[in-house]
Amino acid sequence: MTATTPPLRLTGAPPSAVPTGGLPSDGDWAFEPDETGIAQEDRVFVASPWKLVWWKFRKHRLAVVAALTVIALYFVAGFAEFLAPYDANAYSAALTYAPPTTPHVFDAEGNFHARPFVYGLSQTVEPTALRRVFTIDTSKRYEIGLFVQGSPYKLMGLIPWDRHLYGVSGDGVILLAGADRLGQDMVSRVIFGTRISMTISLISIFVSFVLGVILGGVSGYYGGTIDNAIQRLIEVLRSFPHIPLWIALSAAVPKNWSALKTYFAILIILSIVNWTGLARVVRGRFLAMREEDFVTAARLVGSSERRIIFRHMLPSFASHIIASISLAIPGSIIGETSLSFLGIGLRPPVVSWGVLLQQAQNIRSVSQAPWLLLPGLLVVVAVLAFNFLGDGLRDAADPYAR
Amino acid sequence: MLQYTARRLVVLIPTLFAISIIAFVIIQLPPGDYLTSYISQLAANGEQVDQSTIQGLQEQYGLNKPIYVQYAKWMGGLLRGDFGYSFDWRRPVSMLLWNRLALTAIIGVSTLLLTWLIAFPIGILSAVRQYSIGDYVATFVAFIGVAIPEFLTALVLMWVAFAYFNQSVGGLFSGNFVDAPWSWDRVLDLLSHLWIPVIIIGVNHTAGLIRTMRANLLDELHKPYVVTARAKGLPEWKVILKYPVRVALNPFVSTAGWTLAGILSGSAIVEQVLNLPTTGPLNLRAVLSQDMFLAGSIILMLAVLTVVGTLISDLLLAWLDPRIRLQ
Repeated sequence: MTATTPPLRLTGAPPSAVPTGGLPSDGDWAFEPDETGIAQEDRVFVASPWKLVWWKFRKHRLAVVAALTVIALYFVAGFAEFLAPYDANAYSAALTYAPPTTPHVFDAEGNFHARPFVYGLSQTVEPTALRRVFTIDTSKRYEIGLFVQGSPYKLMGLIPWDRHLYGVSGDGVILLAGADRLGQDMVSRVIFGTRISMTISLISIFVSFVLGVILGGVSGYYGGTIDNAIQRLIEVLRSFPHIPLWIALSAAVPKNWSALKTYFAILIILSIVNWTGLARVVRGRFLAMREEDFVTAARLVGSSERRIIFRHMLPSFASHIIASISLAIPGSIIGETSLSFLGIGLRPPVVSWGVLLQQAQNIRSVSQAPWLLLPGLLVVVAVLAFNFLGDGLRDAADPYAR
Repeated sequence: MLQYTARRLVVLIPTLFAISIIAFVIIQLPPGDYLTSYISQLAANGEQVDQSTIQGLQEQYGLNKPIYVQYAKWMGGLLRGDFGYSFDWRRPVSMLLWNRLALTAIIGVSTLLLTWLIAFPIGILSAVRQYSIGDYVATFVAFIGVAIPEFLTALVLMWVAFAYFNQSVGGLFSGNFVDAPWSWDRVLDLLSHLWIPVIIIGVNHTAGLIRTMRANLLDELHKPYVVTARAKGLPEWKVILKYPVRVALNPFVSTAGWTLAGILSGSAIVEQVLNLPTTGPLNLRAVLSQDMFLAGSIILMLAVLTVVGTLISDLLLAWLDPRIRLQ
């Protein structure tokens, strides 16, 4: 019977839902009729809120690109060992500040090679300035291979493997973005840095989020004295400029702590300040929702408070919270980077974007090896991606608006 | 207005009290008490530790007393202008603090003014000519500006200046003015250096303000009173500037304190990169050497600076918007 039902057209459909030419095209809400025979514009009325959020989010092109970037960054973080051609801490004194080795397909004589290759590097010391100069040695060619054998590692900490996404075999080196002071490959370092920087910001925001939801929720739901007290606390915490406060708090982290302990300490320090923003969002939502009819209805039928909060209120603003989380992560990334950059956050041998940028503190090294600023570029990309993603999510968070 | 001012001042007291508690907690943060680490540091340098000096210090800060007595002693000192003793610099914190704090405040306030000066016209244009090329450029620049951490801008600027113009950017005074007493020439010298950090920090915050201005103004532009003004035949610039812009300005004034906090936050690290004689590098050095009276005092004063900023902005808002002071 469903097959013969003609597609219904409701006048209340959003303007964009009316296909411009005949069949429903690739428009905003328009879709081919699905197997139940209901046309897309009618599906709008039966779709779950999350589906609506997704449809609305999809319209925001920049946000979709940002979402893919964020996924790519976490992919890099997850498979760092495989993607990086070298170990995070493999070094070579002979390669101090070696310039990037660019891949070629034409050799010095102009011959074409189907497989890209890099030239060898040879090093001479300038007699007057006693400065090391790298020259490209065109007599040595190293073909770039995929899935080359390299140092062994455990993929995701579980599967032992020794293949790396790309690399060169033999005694050649491939440094797509040059090397740092210890002759470490910047690409590999940045890839491993991505793991630490992306996880520490995510986990610290998760901790802030738990704190923010509990305190903001209590504040907004109960109101009164407790609301007042929490609001004052937030106000006081917010009157401290973040970075100086983080710097001062890091004094509590003993220098002899292990890398893992420092990681968690920094994570907590970041969260201590960051939860206030999320708490404000949650409180605002609770205040707005407390007066909604469906909440009153739930209360009248005798639902418990826990049920009202978790079953009725929380789901209806979860999308807003996700948007706020996405907008809060950049602050956390910049916090970690700033602290590590100043030498009071994470410390080597841990590799994070901030730790890598420490080398760029010396302006002479930067002028000799500008590629030391590469981790900074990653910071910018990550921050931009989370901002655009959060922007798109915020616009999509309320699918029923306009 | 007077009543409103009085009310705001009374609310300030518990806030300042809470801030002082947090600063005191920061002073107490490092494991072990600071006197012990000071003594061990002296001993490590092979210096004589005078027992009576130690006892004097213990007495002064109540180190062998319970924590609330220590707090009371510290707080009592604060009220008399005594911020404690910097063990690293071996002089009272108050001697180190004021000059640098003043410079930090100058940087913070000038940055705030600069960001407003840039953000308002661009924000207004961006809202009035929504979706024009100018709007897109402003939006794009705004997002990039927000995404680049201040210290990275500072680094890149220093690198470009060093590598391509052979100039060193940094400091707030030329060599011969560093320790000179204040004079007109020294002020001019300060101004000739000040613009670099101000612009670096400003770029980051201007961006956000442009977005806010644009959004605020867009909310107002289509309200009936704007249509009325236009219908009455007012020139377009007057329609925009006299009514909706005035309303859209309110949120700026009310959040000026937080913007200031953001600016002070970013400037702490830019100051370090550019090596300015301000509180940022002092704070970092204090933390690294666990000189906590100094670090705690800096944090305390930065927060007080923000709170005073918020107070001024609240009063300004009440003066601008009668609805607020009648509440």
